[in-house]
Amino acid sequence: MNAVLTPAAALQRLRLRVEGAVQGVGFRPWVAQQARLLALSGWVRNDGQGLEAELQGPTEALAAFAQALQLSPPPLARVQRVQRTPLAVQPDEAGFVIQPSRATAPQALTTTLPPDTAPCNACLDELFSPGDRRWRHPFINCTQCGPRFTLTARLPYDRPNTALANFPMCPACAAEYADPQDRRHHAQPVACPRCGPRIALWAPDGAVLIAPEAGTDAVLAEAAQRLRAGQVLAVKGVGGYHLVADATQAAPLQRLRAAKQRASKPFALLVANTASARRWVQLGDDSATLLASPARPIVLLPCQPGVAAAHPAIAPGLDEWGLMQPSNPLHWLLLHELAGRPADPAWRHTEQPMLLLMTSANPGGEPLVVDEAEAVIKLGGLADALLVHDRAILARADDSVRRPLGRDAQGRPFFPFIRRARGQVPEPIALPGVPADAPPVLATGGYLKATVCLTRGNEAFVSPHLGDLGSAASRQGLMEAVTRLQDFLGVRPQAVAHDLHPDFFSTAHAQALAEAWQVPTVPVQHHHAHAAAVLAEHGHGGPALALVLDGVGLGSDGQPWGGELLRCEGTGTGFARLAHLPALPLPGGDRAAREPWRLGAALLHSLGRGGEIAQRFAAEPLAGSLGTVLDRRLNCPATASAGRLFDAAAALLAGVHHNGHEAEAAMRLEALALRHPGPATPWADAFTLDAHGVLDLRGLWTALADSRIDAPAAQAEAAARFHASLAAALVAWVAHHARAQHVDTVALGGGCWINRPLRQAAVPALQARGLTVLEATQAPCGDGGLSLGQAAVALAFLNRSR
Amino acid sequence: MNHGAGGRASLQLIEELFARVFDNPALREGNDGAVLDVPPGHRLVMATDGHVISPLFFPGGDIGCLSVHGTVNDMAMMGATPTALSASFILEEGFPLADLKRIVESMAAAAREAGVPIVTGDTKVVEQGHGDGVFISTTGLGLLPAGRNIGGANARPGDVVLVSGTLGDHGVAVLSQRESLAFDSEVVSDTAALHTLVAALLAAVPEGAVRTLRDPTRGGLATTLNEIARQSGVGMMLDEALLPILPQVDAACELLGLDVLYLANEGKLIAIVAPEVADAALATLRAHPLGAKAARIGTVQQDPHHFVQMRTRFGGQRVVDWLSGEPLPRIC
Ligand SMILES: [Fe+3]
Ligand SMILES: [Mg+2]
Ligand SMILES: [Zn+2]
Ligand SMILES: [Zn+2]
Repeated sequence: MNAVLTPAAALQRLRLRVEGAVQGVGFRPWVAQQARLLALSGWVRNDGQGLEAELQGPTEALAAFAQALQLSPPPLARVQRVQRTPLAVQPDEAGFVIQPSRATAPQALTTTLPPDTAPCNACLDELFSPGDRRWRHPFINCTQCGPRFTLTARLPYDRPNTALANFPMCPACAAEYADPQDRRHHAQPVACPRCGPRIALWAPDGAVLIAPEAGTDAVLAEAAQRLRAGQVLAVKGVGGYHLVADATQAAPLQRLRAAKQRASKPFALLVANTASARRWVQLGDDSATLLASPARPIVLLPCQPGVAAAHPAIAPGLDEWGLMQPSNPLHWLLLHELAGRPADPAWRHTEQPMLLLMTSANPGGEPLVVDEAEAVIKLGGLADALLVHDRAILARADDSVRRPLGRDAQGRPFFPFIRRARGQVPEPIALPGVPADAPPVLATGGYLKATVCLTRGNEAFVSPHLGDLGSAASRQGLMEAVTRLQDFLGVRPQAVAHDLHPDFFSTAHAQALAEAWQVPTVPVQHHHAHAAAVLAEHGHGGPALALVLDGVGLGSDGQPWGGELLRCEGTGTGFARLAHLPALPLPGGDRAAREPWRLGAALLHSLGRGGEIAQRFAAEPLAGSLGTVLDRRLNCPATASAGRLFDAAAALLAGVHHNGHEAEAAMRLEALALRHPGPATPWADAFTLDAHGVLDLRGLWTALADSRIDAPAAQAEAAARFHASLAAALVAWVAHHARAQHVDTVALGGGCWINRPLRQAAVPALQARGLTVLEATQAPCGDGGLSLGQAAVALAFLNRSR
Repeated sequence: MNHGAGGRASLQLIEELFARVFDNPALREGNDGAVLDVPPGHRLVMATDGHVISPLFFPGGDIGCLSVHGTVNDMAMMGATPTALSASFILEEGFPLADLKRIVESMAAAAREAGVPIVTGDTKVVEQGHGDGVFISTTGLGLLPAGRNIGGANARPGDVVLVSGTLGDHGVAVLSQRESLAFDSEVVSDTAALHTLVAALLAAVPEGAVRTLRDPTRGGLATTLNEIARQSGVGMMLDEALLPILPQVDAACELLGLDVLYLANEGKLIAIVAPEVADAALATLRAHPLGAKAARIGTVQQDPHHFVQMRTRFGGQRVVDWLSGEPLPRIC
């Protein structure tokens, strides 16, 4: 090889800059390995912009390197830009080295981190191979897997900047770290039982039950014993604590429901693998792949027949469970211990009976608990013991939640996000059509399911789900999320976008930041933001309609909006409200959103049938008085909300009077509809559309009020026909306006689009009318995606004023 | 302003009414202003309040007594002893004289009961459609002993938040009257002059131990505490379970979806006091007829964001926000 390829005259030297998610993914060892294979000399290092290398060798070898970089970069890396600069050849250079990272001023940072990743197969093989030096080590990882975002305080991604800073490597780990041939070469969180973090078991008051010195086995044995005995454990995970229990036992579930003050919110579950998942849920190939993907989201999946009914405490009233597979070694080890410590590493591929309840430990809607002191204070009353460790969580990240909804308009598997957090952040969302040199903007989102978004060039970085902004702790979380994104991205936003609602903390914080930074604020109408989020991820340039269906958002006219047909001129540019759903009064304002029976009453009242309220909602002590409230319109804002229409339907058809958790009514109504066998026929005369495209749903309202719900089959049929009728009405409505506006694209935004029967009926029908349908695939269609849409509007605003 | 059988009520008639009902030496002088003595060692406190309310008459009161109580209370919250009031009326043409008489008499009774004379006044009549029946502005003068410093900027971490009685009574009373809502037991406005309650409180504890006094009128407890938190640069933590609320007010709030924390009060005060006097202060309030249901509802705490927080009955915590106006729906 040398003889052919090394005439001295053919030598070249190149400087390479690689940008994107290129740190913490084994990129430097990969470069070193390729360089040595191709007999190139030079060096590689990380810096604040990404990765920098100088490579010297024969032209052909350099070309081969470039090809490898393009075709087979390290699997977790996401290369965005490669810049090549020719340099003068250094005649005496020999060998290839990985140089120490160069710390850079934060303003110059243009790189980012990959998200947290579940243990890879190579690590799992070691984890479960008796005799391996990392056998059952709860912190096993390598360059291809492990925590990243939640573990890193600042860039560049080097051990001293991570939660491992205080764990000096033992000689064995140091040797792996230094060995370019090793899977753990420059794996920053590398650790082993000798030098790594350790687990322990604490009593709810923080007293030590099993000390770290007793060893991993002793801690796991006791933890497993307690789970078997029906106890609840608080377990420290990757992005925060979970409350964990044996989900096949009723007692711990009931205890958690009582203690967490949530009578009905579905619990998430942990299973070992897809084979085990199939025992409980129906799993298509796409969903199985998603469930096993390195990001390890919670996936909402339809239960096997009879399963939901046999375990009613897991997701009351629903036929879908949220399942996940282990996202970190500790989850794996709990399952291994419960399985009786099988010696054969193959155990993890075989069906396991364990079903662990694994719900985020965020008492009272506050942010996820991440540290031990907090865990004792806030979880001490909920858990019988705390499974803790001494590797700090430096950033919160809840579990991501996705719901498979078949295929998208382009025929790809469609798994919209309900919550986008662990395993996804800080992965950027590409903004096609936005120039690479666009000024950075910040957007602070809404109020519920809050996220913030910072852009850099044509990429949007959306924070993990921050929860609802009602508590001081979640507001603190929002402020920290902004700071952290800024630190990571090293940019100074040139505008700050926010919702129109004057009383959201996100609005106040945006205004305060903009004032401090002396940059403009960009107030963005709620539903325009929902629309812009969808248009932005698709890079849609021309005019489009947007059908935005959600609960409520403040309109440009100061009124509550919620079922909107907008015309958008392009992504983030001007919009017009073409039409909206017929309004219903909201008796008691937000109280009505928590009490769907009030919407059922409002619907009856709007039909002139207020006299039926008291009898139909006889179980409600206030039912007799609500008619007066509606007659006089006392604190009854009229809202064109789609979400509240679902509430009304759920109250009338499914008897759901109170929302124990957000969207419970709509979810239970949907579950009912899905129980109806076969296709549902829309009700005749459910809607009318006048020449101006004004939609009248009185027919649908009347059908809701008149439906027979005395038998489960009739109930399911009515629920299914409601969804079918609404979908038919919406499709006709959109088609009318698309024709009138000469627009052929419609974006679907707002939280209602996570509804399966609605989406499944509406999307193909819209396509059949010749419309291109755009859906939210990268960020949640609900309020978790607002910050992305606001950012898109701010970018358009700055672009116009340039 | 129809008087008798279609005749227009003359200004003269009104002025006679006022002179007769409000009668006091200063007014009798008949000058353009009243002359008041200021005893040595005191400073003057001046406060003013405009009163616009619908309906004009409500269970427990009317715009007349309200306009006296409001300004007396503003002075009392400064720690001052109210000594005199002025009153200015804007009447809409056609306003029934009988109603006016009722209002003026209620005002006079309130002033007499409070021991604060109305020493000067003025009346203007506007065309029909240019007013809402009657608007009353009152201004008060009070005497503040030298060295007394009670104000919104004085709350410190560790201080205790007291409230002198049940919350939201006035707001619900006015609303139920306006909308003819009937509740099982009537809710009566709490409108009252609080200066004797304040005097008792200040006499019971050392000077300086009462940091802040406020009457949580429009915007309610939530708005008032947020104002104090911002003025003092502190946060607060309230305890929902400790808030004194009448069951019928609670029920009205539930039905109408109102938050009692934002409802107006016209006869309640918030006292922020040093922790060491909290028990004595609470006992003093409770010993007074206007403070029988006084309660300790929270504490002042350090907080760079000046959040007023509340531990809810369910063990969670939420921020009690300073709203920009009426509460707007926010649940998406
Ligand atoms: Fe929304
Ligand atoms: Mg005032
Ligand atoms: Zn690995
Ligand atoms: Zn080691």
